[in-house]
Amino acid sequence: MSTLELDRGPPAEAKLRVIDCDIHPAMNAWTEVHPYLAKKWIEHLAVYGSHLRHAFSEALTHPRMSPDAARVDAYPDEGGPPGSSLALMRSQHLDPNGVAFGMLIPLRWNPGSQRNLDFGVALTQAMNTWQVERWVKNEPRLRASILIAQEDTVGSVAEIEARASDPNFTQILVLPRTDEPLGRRRYWPIFEAAARNNLPIAVHVGGTNGHPSTGGGWPSYYMEEHHAVAETMQSVLSSLVFEGVFERFPGLRVVIMEGGLGWIPSFSARMDKHWLRLRSEVPHLKRSPSEYIREHVWFTTQPMEEPGRASQLIDLFDRIGWDRLLFSTDYPHWDFDDPRHAFKAPLSETQRAKLLYGNAQAFYGIG
Amino acid sequence: MARYVVATVDDIAPGQRKLVQVQGRDIGIFNVRGEFFAIANRCPHEGASLCKGRVVGLVESSEPGSYQLSRPGEMIRCPWHGWEFDLRTGKSWCDPQRTKVRAFDLKVEEGAVLVEETLLRAETFPVSIERQYVVIEV
Amino acid sequence: MVAGRPSADIDHPSTYAGAIDCDLHPALPGMHVLLPYLDDYWREMVSVRALDRLNLSLTSYPQNAPLSCRPDWKPEGATKPGSSLEAMQSHVLDRYQPRFGILNCLYGAQVMHSEDMAAVFCRATNDWIRDEWLNRDPRLRASIVIPAHNTELAVAEIERRAGDPRFVQVLMLVSGEVTLGRRQLWPIYQAAERLGLPIGVHAGSAYRYAPTSVGWPSYYVEDYVAQSSAFENQLQSLISEGVFAKFPGLKLVAIESGLTWLSGFIWRADKTWKGVRAEVPWVTRAPSEIIRDHVRFTVQPIDAPDEMVAIMRLIEHLESDELFLFSTDYPHWQFDGDEVLPSGLSEVVLQKILCGNAQATYPRLAEANSAMEVNA
Repeated sequence: MSTLELDRGPPAEAKLRVIDCDIHPAMNAWTEVHPYLAKKWIEHLAVYGSHLRHAFSEALTHPRMSPDAARVDAYPDEGGPPGSSLALMRSQHLDPNGVAFGMLIPLRWNPGSQRNLDFGVALTQAMNTWQVERWVKNEPRLRASILIAQEDTVGSVAEIEARASDPNFTQILVLPRTDEPLGRRRYWPIFEAAARNNLPIAVHVGGTNGHPSTGGGWPSYYMEEHHAVAETMQSVLSSLVFEGVFERFPGLRVVIMEGGLGWIPSFSARMDKHWLRLRSEVPHLKRSPSEYIREHVWFTTQPMEEPGRASQLIDLFDRIGWDRLLFSTDYPHWDFDDPRHAFKAPLSETQRAKLLYGNAQAFYGIG
Repeated sequence: MARYVVATVDDIAPGQRKLVQVQGRDIGIFNVRGEFFAIANRCPHEGASLCKGRVVGLVESSEPGSYQLSRPGEMIRCPWHGWEFDLRTGKSWCDPQRTKVRAFDLKVEEGAVLVEETLLRAETFPVSIERQYVVIEV
Repeated sequence: MVAGRPSADIDHPSTYAGAIDCDLHPALPGMHVLLPYLDDYWREMVSVRALDRLNLSLTSYPQNAPLSCRPDWKPEGATKPGSSLEAMQSHVLDRYQPRFGILNCLYGAQVMHSEDMAAVFCRATNDWIRDEWLNRDPRLRASIVIPAHNTELAVAEIERRAGDPRFVQVLMLVSGEVTLGRRQLWPIYQAAERLGLPIGVHAGSAYRYAPTSVGWPSYYVEDYVAQSSAFENQLQSLISEGVFAKFPGLKLVAIESGLTWLSGFIWRADKTWKGVRAEVPWVTRAPSEIIRDHVRFTVQPIDAPDEMVAIMRLIEHLESDELFLFSTDYPHWQFDGDEVLPSGLSEVVLQKILCGNAQATYPRLAEANSAMEVNA
């Protein structure tokens, strides 16, 4: 890597035009969601709160290195956590970074991970309305994601159907640490509803399902956990492919969010290689895994890889396929990618435009 | 190179910092237990305002399970990805040779001395002989 | 070092003459072969409980799955793949003429829940490997099979074998009861470092948990594919927990890992480290540097459509040609014919993969050239 020593601002450059596929909105206070929750759930939330499959009911399994897992400079002056102020989101991110459209990915309270399924479903309904009322209606650049409590497929499908015709929503959101691998048949009603409504499924890092983060036990450190989330995405991809989800739902599109990119070519090749040997076990697959991935799966770019040489990054994109990459910042989280500096390799204007805008424009059918 | 007065010593209490602009550069001035340091306010990684990050000590370890904290307040974590930079040298901890931010030479000067200096830039800080000033060389 | 090879293509078996095959799988024909090595109590238990009638086929390697045995490597009759020394000799040892072949026995003993049972049967397995394999073919070396979930018993087994220089490695599965870096396993690493034995981490799971963080996949192919993810997670554990800081002399060999995941691994691990270093301050160097110094990888399988390009790309990304160790993974079906390695590798790289890197990794290979050098 060349010496990095930037002590001056960047030279005047072409105006940025970006579709940010991963923005995390937050609540100022949890009462914000009350207008959209039935009274009994307001009370349940206050009295019992989150009920998850790990020791902490509120905190993450592994504390992050930054408070709120966020950029230190993203705290609004008026108070509230990072991501809770539309004004700051605009002045700090949407405006200066040329964000033409931003996809909202709310993470709290992991409604899909709630053991109490009715509570989880109620939370998804409330938070979906919250996204529209609190964010999308006040900022035309933003779009919402349909949260679902995937362990309750009936409730999930009902919520998808309730929101599908609302153009404020561009996708269905699932956190990948589900009770069973996401490709398993129990979740197929969700894929059926997604395909029928031509809505992509966004799989964004997160969820607590009671399974250790690795097949060999729980990691001790956040350094490990931050790596394990990439392996989680590998497992989701494997499940979707080998269960035949893409064979059964040929119109389904999936975007894998925040899983990193470096593993994609090698994992696809591994799936292909061993599928060739073991294909008699999965006769429902009519094509190779990498073919399904090329046709059905997209990937957001954050956290961007930084290989030792710029050529290695270009090689990585070549192997994944330039049209499969959707730019994302993960604002306001700590491992935020700045659209000007995230790509540690020289890109042509065409390539930059595709990554920052064109691919997502085609994927979401917006702009 | 030119010298610029950027602050009075009283402007920046120990443990505090001040962001200034000199010659088109954003620079952070830090008071670390009475010593002053200045680094560019731009993280070489992705351009974050480095000087808005948390000022911390240096964490080291002799072996797994042991944690040693030294040099309190002499390191800064980038507010975004948390990369650690040495306020004294501007070098990152993890990659000191190749990932670094410019550190500026800095002196505390008596006003009485400065008023004599003809090439001093002190537009923002008219120098008074009674006070002490932080002077940076850019 | 390596016998002169024809200038013909890599498919010729004699290309590999003099190599060190770092992954061969001997299989127990049945538990009955362990009886001579058990004491009265355990022999009684085997009989009374009919333990020897248990099918200890591993979920990680279903006996008849295509991957588990190449069709032309199936031995005669109903015997298990890999259970015949004669077959192994015919199929790989005499055919490719390696200088050494390292046996990694994957047997149910390693994953039995009862620590005592696991320890007893691991010990018996090592005895059997010594008598029926090491003593019968001077080219063979072996990994020490251990009950990793009881470190005291595991260390006792390591020390029991250490005097026989034909045992060159300690064998563990990539997915065990705790993540591999955990301090409770450190007595094993300490003993291995002290005795000059690398730790061989082999694909496979004790299935104490779901094999993935997203639960139990439906299909075996998913479990097998998930092995590379397991290697990523466990390598990250070993690095983060500071195993290589604590045991600077320790070497680790990732066996049957898939290989090509390594590029994405170091990019992510190095970048993450820079931001979270203060959590694990004993990690004083980038993970990629630690790997270059401490970790090696057997080559089969190479998860790539073009294996030569894949190897060269890995060498570039990792900035080292010292990481990869030749292996056939016999009798697992990872390659066809005699194409153990792709053609097109430079002579320098080929030499290192065939034997140079393994010689550097397994110092014990330099000792004990005699088949009959047995320490009781």
